[in-house]
Parts: sequence; structure tokens; C-alpha cells
Amino acid sequence: MNDRQNDLKHHTLSVTVENKAGVLARVVNLFSRRAYNIYSLAVAPTDDERFSRLTVVVDVESVPLEQIVKQLHKLINVVKIVEHDPRHSVERELLIATVKVAVSDRHQVAELTRIFEGRILAVSHDALTVSLEGHPAKIDDFEDLLRPFGIAELQRTGRVALNKLERETPRVHAVSSAKSKVS
Amino acid sequence: MQLNGGQALIKALEMEGVEVIFGLPGGAILPVYDPIIDSPIRHILVRHEQGAGHMAEGYAHATGKPGVAMVTSGPGATNIVTPLADAYMDSVPMICITGQVGTASIGTDAFQEADITGITQSVTKHNYLVTRAADIPRVIREAFHIATTGRPGPVLVDIPKDIVDPTHPNSAMEWYWPTDAEVIAGLPGYRPTTVGHPRKIKEAAAMILAAERPVLYVGGGILKARAAEALRELAELVEIPVVTTLMARGAFPDDHPLCLGMPGMHGNYTAIMSMQESDLLIALGSRFDDRVTGKVPDFAPLAKIIHVDIDPAELGKVRRPDVPIVGDCNLVILELIKVIKAMQAKGTTQPDITPWRSTLSGWQETYPLAYEPPAEGDLLKPQMVLEALRDSAPEDCIVASGVGQHQMWTSQYWKFRHPYTWINSGGLGTMGFSVPAAIGAKVGRPDRMVWAIDGDGCFQMTAQELVTAAAERIPVKIAILNNAYLGMVRQWQEMFYEERYSEVYLSPDLPDYVKWAEAMGCVAFRVEHPDDIQPTIDKANAIDDRPVVIEFRTDASEKVFPMVASGKSNTEVQVPEFQRLAAKTAAASEKEPRQ
Repeated sequence: MNDRQNDLKHHTLSVTVENKAGVLARVVNLFSRRAYNIYSLAVAPTDDERFSRLTVVVDVESVPLEQIVKQLHKLINVVKIVEHDPRHSVERELLIATVKVAVSDRHQVAELTRIFEGRILAVSHDALTVSLEGHPAKIDDFEDLLRPFGIAELQRTGRVALNKLERETPRVHAVSSAKSKVS
Repeated sequence: MQLNGGQALIKALEMEGVEVIFGLPGGAILPVYDPIIDSPIRHILVRHEQGAGHMAEGYAHATGKPGVAMVTSGPGATNIVTPLADAYMDSVPMICITGQVGTASIGTDAFQEADITGITQSVTKHNYLVTRAADIPRVIREAFHIATTGRPGPVLVDIPKDIVDPTHPNSAMEWYWPTDAEVIAGLPGYRPTTVGHPRKIKEAAAMILAAERPVLYVGGGILKARAAEALRELAELVEIPVVTTLMARGAFPDDHPLCLGMPGMHGNYTAIMSMQESDLLIALGSRFDDRVTGKVPDFAPLAKIIHVDIDPAELGKVRRPDVPIVGDCNLVILELIKVIKAMQAKGTTQPDITPWRSTLSGWQETYPLAYEPPAEGDLLKPQMVLEALRDSAPEDCIVASGVGQHQMWTSQYWKFRHPYTWINSGGLGTMGFSVPAAIGAKVGRPDRMVWAIDGDGCFQMTAQELVTAAAERIPVKIAILNNAYLGMVRQWQEMFYEERYSEVYLSPDLPDYVKWAEAMGCVAFRVEHPDDIQPTIDKANAIDDRPVVIEFRTDASEKVFPMVASGKSNTEVQVPEFQRLAAKTAAASEKEPRQ
């Protein structure tokens, strides 16, 4: 419930920047200077090597968000900003965790990982390293369920996002109009 | 053509039309100083790097061309951070070139190394660390393009020594000069919007023609957009009164019947109240600064807002506009005029705004700017000094000021009739701004008389630049209003800290301003008696071959009024006590006959 409320305040911005030295520092500095809070941040070059994409999750109401976007646009190296509406975007995050677990309980963690369609990356006498890729909410759930076993180390990537592909023509509408013709 | 990086840098500045560089050399920038000897560009050697920065700003304010400052790495660069922040706040086009340690030494805490691009990230519009000599022409072109287009601002270019040092192989480069198209293509993230949205302009025009109590709220953006003429045409077309913010003084003539003067914390009563009572504020190149709005929720509560600015981030930053227009003020105003004229031609008429105009003139009559003249034997009133300076100067005289009481009095009492005659530090409020800014202005406009109005506190911060002025024969004139205090701080302590004067006393005699000015190569006068004001100003105005300083001994108890206390609503504006009492008596006597 809390997570869902948080999600309303979370906005995911996809910021395309020129792939030049110091650009990440400029973006991060702007957030700090204008007192905006970054919730998560993921950066990597895009398919076009001249540009990198930053996926920034910010923690604000909608009005300051408009300011954030406008201030980001003022950075000379920022080329494009897209806000991802959670309803119209695919969002993914990766988690890697090492769980301390005795041999006798190992199957429980393995089972959990299987249920979540995660992977086991490494096994030792008293620990397992697992990974899970998925929607951030799913990752949250997995993390919660792993915790009781004893997490030795955990790292999440921060989310990345792309717009959902456009659906085909709205079929429901077409069907209903066909129906009205028949009747 | 084979050049070394240093030659390429100077050649690039020449190609950009730079006529003067304000600077001070040092180890890392040395190789760039060598080709200056062979360049037609004038170099003015300052005594402190902060002076170079403010001179570049003063030059830019006065001429509209970007000011150029050049300093060395480390302390040279950090000394110019304040002018950069100042230029950023006031949108002044400026190029700052800093030396840097060699590329191989960056990050090693080398001698005089400072991460100046990191340090200045939040006080520049953009900055560059150039790592290859071949990039120099492109970066310089981009820097000028960025500094002068869109919302103007400072751009810093950091140049490591090895790429400009002819003895180093890294400095070798083949000269080229990028075309405009190449510059634009090289900046894919920089596309300022200059043309306003036609539909929004139509909406704005309709709103303007329907308003009953409209006010044009004009900011520094009008000057940056060179839009003073268009503004005047618009104001006269629809007969709407104009307030000019601290940054916009001179953008609309003070002697124009539609001019209400400066609004804000120390604005005049009519300008402040016109906005509070207005039903439509047409904000042009202004940014709803806290010094203008007072307490934001109480600011202009009845007004709809049309907000025109070239920086989209200003629209809705403080107050949500009803009609936001992103664009260059000059282009937008010209479009607005066209649309309004077309609507008028089709028969759209304005409501009668004479009741509004008469409300405003009523306020002007009751609450003019006023001060009590000094009693016999008292120190000078700063306002009377300013009136005398104003009335003795030619009307195109350029006035620069520092920051504090003297700045507010100058803005209030000077009558600005032309754009680009007022130069001050509005946003950052940088004490010590006036002397170097006046020097920069005089270099840019040698044909004009340039007065710096300074306080004694401000003067002590940057006075050393008068040595520069004397050495370079730049005949600026400085008026020090010496009240022996950090006057504005004293005023706040008197009004809000129960007259507990903490660390504001400076002494009238230490330093001896006349001796100091003379030691710096200036002609200097001291004025203590009202009768000496005019003759001394006349003497100063007659000197045109060296800098002049006049020290006026002024009354420390004089406060700047009107005043809206910090964080208070503009409706709580305080006028001077004697004026408040007079208005009260007048109101009472008006009622009497009815009894």
C-alpha cells in the first residue's frame, strides 16, 4: 500500500544527453542545487554512441516536476526529456543479492527464486547469490521475501524505462459499433 | 594554416569581434598572453581578477556585446567565480577564459590547480574544459553563441596549458573556423525558442484589450532583447502604465507619463500598489523575484498574468501564468502590437481605464518619493547628493552602482531616460560591483559620461581597480556616499533587531578616502557641507582625462523608504513617517467638512 502511494509521487524521466565528459555531473549537480530528490538513477550509452540515456526516478508532486524538466532542459548537453507515465511504459530493474542460508534451508530460497523467475548465479556452502530482473514492484516483493533468510549483500540497479508500443486500433470500440449496426 | 593553440584562441576571439579583454596573467595562461602582443585586441590589466569579471559585465551591460575576461588557473579562476555568479543571476553575456594546468597534471593537485568547471557548473550557463588544441575555435564559437543567444549568460572556457604552449606538441593545430550551421549542429540540445506561440499571443492581446487595471511589469529581459522601443510602442498603443524593475531601469523613460518607476522592496508606493490592485500583469522579461513580489501568496492577488520570457523555466517558477509565452521579448511584443492593432481595426475597444489612471496618479500625489531635508549643521542627505549628481549629468550618462542603500536611492532618484544607462548587480547583490562595472562600461562607451555611485562599504571591496582606471586612462567618476556604516545592514538592525548594531560601523575617516583615491592616481574631493555639493560635482564633471572620486559625508540615520519588510505582503509597504502622518492628516481634513 505504502509502495503504491509512493509510486504516485515517483516520476520516471528518461533524459537523453550528449555522451560527453562531465555531463552526468551536470545533471546530478542540478538536482542537488535545486533541492530535488533523486530516488534512483541509471545511466548508459544509447544505440547511438553520441548520446547516453539517464533514467531518473524523482520523488515529487507534479508542479515541481515541470520545473525539474524545464531546468534540465536548460543544460546545454541535455537533448531530450521524456516522462514515462507508468501506465504507458515498461519499467525494469535488476536486483542481485547474496543470501546467507544453511544447506538445509537452501531449497526455500531456490524455490522463491524459481517462483519469481529469477536466477541463481552462485552457490557456496552457506550462501546463494540470486538475481531478478523485472518491474520495480516485483523486485520490492522479492526483496521483502528474501529478507527473513538473511541478506548478506544486495544491489539494485535503479529503474530503466521505455514507452510501451502503441496498441493496435481499439478492437472493443470496433466490435461495439459493429454490434450497434446489427441491432 | 598551422597555428598553436594560444594563437588559435586569440584569433578566435578576434573572429568573434572582441575588441577588449579584461584580465590578469599567471603561470597557466602565460602562453595565451604571448600572442596578445601581436593582436589588435586591447587588453586591460586589472589588479584583482574579480575586477576583470565585473568590468566584463559592465562592458556587456553598456554595449550589449559579450564581455570577455581572461585569468589564470587556480586562485585566478576562483577569484572570478563571484562575477560569474553575478552575470548568471542577471543574465549578462560574458565569456571567461581561465588557464588550467596541463592535461597530464589535471587531477593531481598540481600547483595552482582548481576544478573550475566543477566549481562554476551552477553559476554559468555552460562551461568547457578544452582538452585538444584542435577544439579551440569550435569551443570559442559555441561559447559566444551560447552566451549571447536565448537567455544570455556567462560561459567559462578552461584551457590547459599544454594545448596552448607552443613548445608543447599538444598545442599544434590546423586553423579552421566553423560555420553557423556547424555550430548549431554541434549543439543538439540547445535550441532557444524566440518566436512566441501565435495562439498564446492572440489570447494575450484579447486579455490586454479587456483589462480594466492593467500594468506592464517589465524586467531586465526587455533590455537583453533590445526591446525598449517595442515596449514603448506597446505601452502607448494601449496606454498601459509601466513598472520597471531594478534590472529594467531605463528600459522605459522615467519622464514618460505612463511610467510608474520601480516596484518591489524599495520601490515607490504607486508602482508597488499598482501591481497589488491590478487585474492584469503583463510580465515581460521579468521573473517574479522575491524582492519584487514580497510574500508570494499575497502578491497581485487580483491579477491575471501574461508572462513572456525566453527562458521556459521562468514561466510558472514562482507564479503560474494564465497566458505563458516563451519567446524573445522583442519579437513577442512586435507580434502583440500587430495582433492588437488588427483587433482594434476590427472594432475591439478597451474598457475605460481613466479611473485606473486616476487612482494611480492619486497615489503618486500622496506618496511621492520623499525625504526630509537636513537641518542646519547635519550631515548630507544621500538623496540630495543623488539629485544634484542627476541634474548635473547629461541625460545619456551611464550610472553604475554597488549594492545597498546607495543602490536603492540611485535607482529611486536617478531619472533614467535611455536604455543601457543603468548598471547594477540586481540578482546576486554583489558589493563592490560598481567601480569595476563602471570602468568596463566606460571602456565600452568612451563617448559617455560614466558615474559609479558607491557606498563606503562597497568601495573598500574593489577600490583597487581605480589603479587600473588611472593606468589605462579610463576617466570614470566615483561618488562615495560615506555614511561610515554598512548602511543597509544598519537599517535592518535598526528596524528588525531593536537597534542592536552588530558589526556594521566602518568609521568615516578610516580609510581616508581622498588620500586613498589620490594614491591610486585619481583626482579626489571630500564634500561635507550642502553648499559644496554642486561646485564639487561641477569640478568632477569637467575632468575628462583621469578618474575622479568624490566622497560625500552622508547621514547614517537616513533609511531607504518606501520599504516592504522581508517576507511581508506588498500591501504592508511602509512610507517615511512624516509622509504617513501627512497623508493621515490630509485624509482627516477631507472628512471634516462633512461633519
